[in-house]
Amino acid sequence: MNNEQPLLDVRNLWIKAQDQFILNGLDLQIRPGEVHAIMGPNGSGKSTLVQSLAGHPGYTIEKGEISFDGEDLLTLTPEERARRGLFLAFQYPVEISGLGNGYFLKAAVNAVREARGQIPYDAVEFLKAFRELAPLVGLGQDFLERGVNAGFSGGEKKRNEILQMLLLEPRLALLDETDSGLDVDALKLVARGVNATRSKDRSIVLVTHYQRLLDYIDPDVVHVLIKGRIVRSGTRELAHEIERGGYEPLLATMA
Amino acid sequence: MNTSTDELTPLLQRGYEAGFVTDIETDQSPPGLSEEVITRLSETKKEPRYLLDWRLQAYRAWIGMQEPHWSIATYPPIDYQAISYYAAPRSVDPKRPKSLDEVDPRLLETYRKLGVPLHEQAALAGVAMDAVFDSVSVATTFRETLKKAGVIFCPFSEAAIEYPELVHQYLGSVVPFRDNFFAALNSAVFSDGSFVYVPPGVRCPMELSTYFRINAAKTGQFERTLIIADRGSYVSYLEGCTAPMRDENQLHAAVVELVALEGAEIRYATVQNWYPGDEEGRGGIYNFVTKRGDCRGARSKISWTQVETGSAITWKYPSCILRGDESIGEFYSVALARHRQQADTGTKMIHMGRRTRSVVISKGISAGHGRNAYRGMVRMAPTALHAHNYTRCDSLLIGPHSQAYTIPVLEVRHPSARIEHEATTSKIADDQIFYCRQRGLDEETAVHLLVNGFCREVFQKLPLEFAVEAQKLIAVSLEGAVG
Ligand SMILES: Nc1ncnc2c1ncn2[C@@H]1O[C@H](COP(=O)(O)OP(=O)(O)OP(=O)(O)O)[C@@H](O)[C@H]1O
Ligand SMILES: [Mg+2]
Repeated sequence: MNNEQPLLDVRNLWIKAQDQFILNGLDLQIRPGEVHAIMGPNGSGKSTLVQSLAGHPGYTIEKGEISFDGEDLLTLTPEERARRGLFLAFQYPVEISGLGNGYFLKAAVNAVREARGQIPYDAVEFLKAFRELAPLVGLGQDFLERGVNAGFSGGEKKRNEILQMLLLEPRLALLDETDSGLDVDALKLVARGVNATRSKDRSIVLVTHYQRLLDYIDPDVVHVLIKGRIVRSGTRELAHEIERGGYEPLLATMA
Repeated sequence: MNTSTDELTPLLQRGYEAGFVTDIETDQSPPGLSEEVITRLSETKKEPRYLLDWRLQAYRAWIGMQEPHWSIATYPPIDYQAISYYAAPRSVDPKRPKSLDEVDPRLLETYRKLGVPLHEQAALAGVAMDAVFDSVSVATTFRETLKKAGVIFCPFSEAAIEYPELVHQYLGSVVPFRDNFFAALNSAVFSDGSFVYVPPGVRCPMELSTYFRINAAKTGQFERTLIIADRGSYVSYLEGCTAPMRDENQLHAAVVELVALEGAEIRYATVQNWYPGDEEGRGGIYNFVTKRGDCRGARSKISWTQVETGSAITWKYPSCILRGDESIGEFYSVALARHRQQADTGTKMIHMGRRTRSVVISKGISAGHGRNAYRGMVRMAPTALHAHNYTRCDSLLIGPHSQAYTIPVLEVRHPSARIEHEATTSKIADDQIFYCRQRGLDEETAVHLLVNGFCREVFQKLPLEFAVEAQKLIAVSLEGAVG
């Protein structure tokens, strides 16, 4: 573990959706290059956390502070957050049938590249990048022609999310149950994609129910989120503990 | 930060860049319509006798007709005696073919501002333009180039004098004046428009284009377009239209007739951007138009592509009569209705010949309080052996107050004829917008991407420069439709 300034610093975060508190004073610090796993029962607030970090308009921040690379994240629009390198792989990727996936990917890559002061890709450069990265997640070129996630199988949607992560080269990638619904081979592909993107200045948050993913991607920290709060943080061993005994023992320790 | 698409309204009044008025002396007939007015109009244009007789017949038929009210559009009664039926810049001599050097600079400037420069050096490459200003054509470019290829492209009033046999033979042969109320009105009072004749076997070397501009107040525009593609010829034609922003409604009742003889192909594209009125529905053009193509010869083909973004009300059904065996009719349409716009548009495919085929792709976008109806008829006559139609109508709703309707009428009179019909309605969902934004695209770009994706199939049918133009127009029209 390093002593650098956290890339993401969440302090005492309280979040409401439709008049209900979902996060109740959550704290989380992630330093550059770290991989954190977040586990927790259904409905404990994991997606709420990552969606709020991405700026989803459906959640109200009642209290708390979030800084991202020293900047107040809460003053930024979703696209500004994305352009500064915050990426969310959705638990349920959205289908946009009328919009070509290739066209969409290129527009997204170029929006982010321009924000970083890089020259936007032309069609040829984009295709080159796609051809380089798509095989890592086992997607063929035919996925450029289809509508965004339209008619993709569950696993293909997840792989398309990882492909986007690889193309956008984020500084913080939030992967919300990217492993759910994947067969073993696809899981390995996704893990390979994630491992390929690991570097000392890229941080990753893995939201997952299964320690299986952590067999392939070794996390620096494992957190347990219950009822809108992180109740335990530890090493990989914590994931094994949960796998064996479930969340009951942890719940019992809560006041 | 407001990101919900539930908050799309009120739409801002922005982006109608064509809304300026050209300050120019105009000769305008006093309001009102009578046989005398029509006779004077015909005399001003030095028209041959047959044309005046035809106009008067049409007028008499019109008097006995009722204004149609079966569309979804609602509007206060139109006072046809309050409209002036002829308006022309004084500097335009209606009897004389014009060279560009003689055209009033204010008119040239008007077209330059509209993005359609008339000087041949500055003009869009490969596009010949007829510029119609109120009731008259002010200039037609590249006439020499076209003449060498044998193609006639000139103002209608000139054709009536120079090519009376052609005009006499074909005028009203696709849309007879008794066809409907607005067609009858147009036949009585039409002032100018474009005439095209492509001789047998000739592939027209340029895109032909007419730009219609309404400038004068309290007038209507009643133009007439007639395109004849003789055996085995090909022509691609595009029309554009704009008008100043005014608080009163103005009537535009045009008729377009296309004739494709054996083996000929006509592609007709429209980018319609008449002033749509403001967000309260004040002002805007009533666009009541009859467009019809006749695939008269075997293996002929007529293709309509339209991008309709303007007008307070659009009432328009570009249609194909598939008379020749194995002839093909196509209709590709994007219609956008925002603010209080009402669009009732679609097509008719009348299959008469054997193995005739037609394709209808309609994309309706409704935003704000816009109302959009696709109204389409496919008729397979008893003679239409093995005819086939494919129709797809997609509607896209933006915001909670917009509306879309699909009104198909299918008539099949021969058992071997087949019709396939699909219809979808979708909304731009908040989570789609959020997904795009999470990937770094701002909200407006996200909406444009979604809308462009929705329209892509139709834009692909437009000549390239115009496809780009159409995309921009849709983008500008939807500015402020989000956030
Ligand atoms: N927009 C919303 N409106 C109302 N309630 C919401 C909303 N979003 C989330 N919730 C509720 O908040 C709680 C936490 O949901 P969240 O999706 O964050 O859980 P999760 O930990 O990701 O669960 P899972 O493991 O099932 O994905 C749930 O009870 C959920 O129903
Ligand atoms: Mg979840």
